[in-house]
Amino acid sequence: MKRSDKKRNIRGRKNKRLERAIHGVFLLLGLVTVGCVLLISVYLIISGIPAIREIGLIDFLFGKTWASTAEDPQFGILPFILTSVYGTAGAILIGVPIGFFTAVYLAKVAPARIKSVASSAVSLLAGIPSVVYGLVGMLVLVPAIRNIFNVADGASLLAAIVVLSVMILPSIIKVSLTALEAVPKEYEEASLALGATPVETYFRVSVPAARSGIAASVVLGVGRAIGEAMAVMMVSGNVANMPSLFQSVRFLTTAVAGEMSYAAEGLQRQALFSIALVLFLFIMLINAALNFLLKRKKEG
Amino acid sequence: MKKMLIIAVMAILSLSLATGCSKGGSVSTDGSTSMEKVIGSLAEAYMLANDSVSVTYNPTGSGSGITAVAEGRCDIGLSSRYLKAEEEANGLTATILAYDGIAIIVHPDNPVAALTLEQIAAVFTGEITDWSELGGESGSIVLIGREAGSGTRDGFESIVGVEEQCAYRQELTSTGDVITTVASNPNAIGYASLAAIKDNVKMISVDGVIPSEDAVKDGSYKVQRPFLLVTKAGSELSADAQAFFDYITSPNAAEIISAAGAVPAN
Repeated sequence: MKRSDKKRNIRGRKNKRLERAIHGVFLLLGLVTVGCVLLISVYLIISGIPAIREIGLIDFLFGKTWASTAEDPQFGILPFILTSVYGTAGAILIGVPIGFFTAVYLAKVAPARIKSVASSAVSLLAGIPSVVYGLVGMLVLVPAIRNIFNVADGASLLAAIVVLSVMILPSIIKVSLTALEAVPKEYEEASLALGATPVETYFRVSVPAARSGIAASVVLGVGRAIGEAMAVMMVSGNVANMPSLFQSVRFLTTAVAGEMSYAAEGLQRQALFSIALVLFLFIMLINAALNFLLKRKKEG
Repeated sequence: MKKMLIIAVMAILSLSLATGCSKGGSVSTDGSTSMEKVIGSLAEAYMLANDSVSVTYNPTGSGSGITAVAEGRCDIGLSSRYLKAEEEANGLTATILAYDGIAIIVHPDNPVAALTLEQIAAVFTGEITDWSELGGESGSIVLIGREAGSGTRDGFESIVGVEEQCAYRQELTSTGDVITTVASNPNAIGYASLAAIKDNVKMISVDGVIPSEDAVKDGSYKVQRPFLLVTKAGSELSADAQAFFDYITSPNAAEIISAAGAVPAN
């Protein structure tokens, strides 16, 4: 064996050891994240189950009345569940088309100058704290809804939907934009060379190629909308009504946040944990459903 | 150099540990959740001046607080309602610490300026739904309230007699939010602690009395309730509890009570 070979061998072994150590560190850091998720899940399940057991799953999930501090308390969260579902759906209905077309425009059509200005504006939008959205909503949007639609009070599901759809724009635009920009130039060039117009190319070639990224942006949007509490609390009125567009409504998030500070130890507090558990399951469900959809599309 | 620094830090740390250990007396209070802010600020101020004493507060509700002091489980009971006759017969006495005046507020442009207690109850339970029924311009009344569990809500509803019957349009989580919302909606009516009211809303006179500190104190303004300190008649408080009791009922504490949103009795 030549000398230089031996040297290389030793160096190789040393490298391997270092490599392994670094792998270990990465694994550890990765486990921290997984550990947090596990800790939160286990904690929520443990503290959320007792109230559900006491109230009864059906009464809890499908009860239409929430009166946690009444003499004869009632803990039905159907109004909160429906409000969260409608609110999120409304925000997606308004936010996704705007965000999607903005992303297509910025990725494919916009001149470099406009693109840089618009991109930084979107980043800024993402950086605005939710309490500021809530404040502007409370002082501008709520009175505006009252005047435009001629209703008694503007704090409503509609106000929450408008605020939420603005709040989810940045995540939709940014993630879709990244996905659209990652589409190989050759695809588009081939399409154009075959005689397709630019618009046809964007929607027939670029968008389908970026499909999974765009779907991911919608997931992010749904996650942000269903999990938002502060801004929604300031514009939605927080009364536990069954949802309707111009009614004051309470979301799953605001139901927890609104009562937590006063909730007495006992069933009321436990019920709030149960609401949080339901919210948590919802987000898991949405994630899983969209993941499933994505996979099936890829295979099909 | 470094060693010196470490030694110095250690010395400071152990010193602070020693003072932390020095045991002083404690005063336990128990009762009304609505009094949390008043008692909290008083206890904080008192402990700042007397760092050997610790004042505890257990928010259980007026009824439980009265029972606790009767059974000797706490030094001072806190109640936001007057004692019942049988509670006084059981040897309890009440000292008024402060009054909780709750103002009924509307938008400044609202022509309605006076209501009776019955009218207010009818408005908040949804029997009266339009301002024209109260002599104002027509427009449906928008009820602005506080979240369940709030002391102000509890106080308002128990005084007006509309517990759990209010048909609120909005339930907000702070006094400031209520005032801002009422100030921005000409059809709104809400309630808030008297001390927090500013010029951007109009206070309604109740049964002909405009809310003010004096009207609350002399009892002519109806939407108010007392904050009571409940003690056992006959048996003496511990020295620490007595000192705290004297401090919070002295005129010196009045400013702290006002800052916490109540009208001091002394």
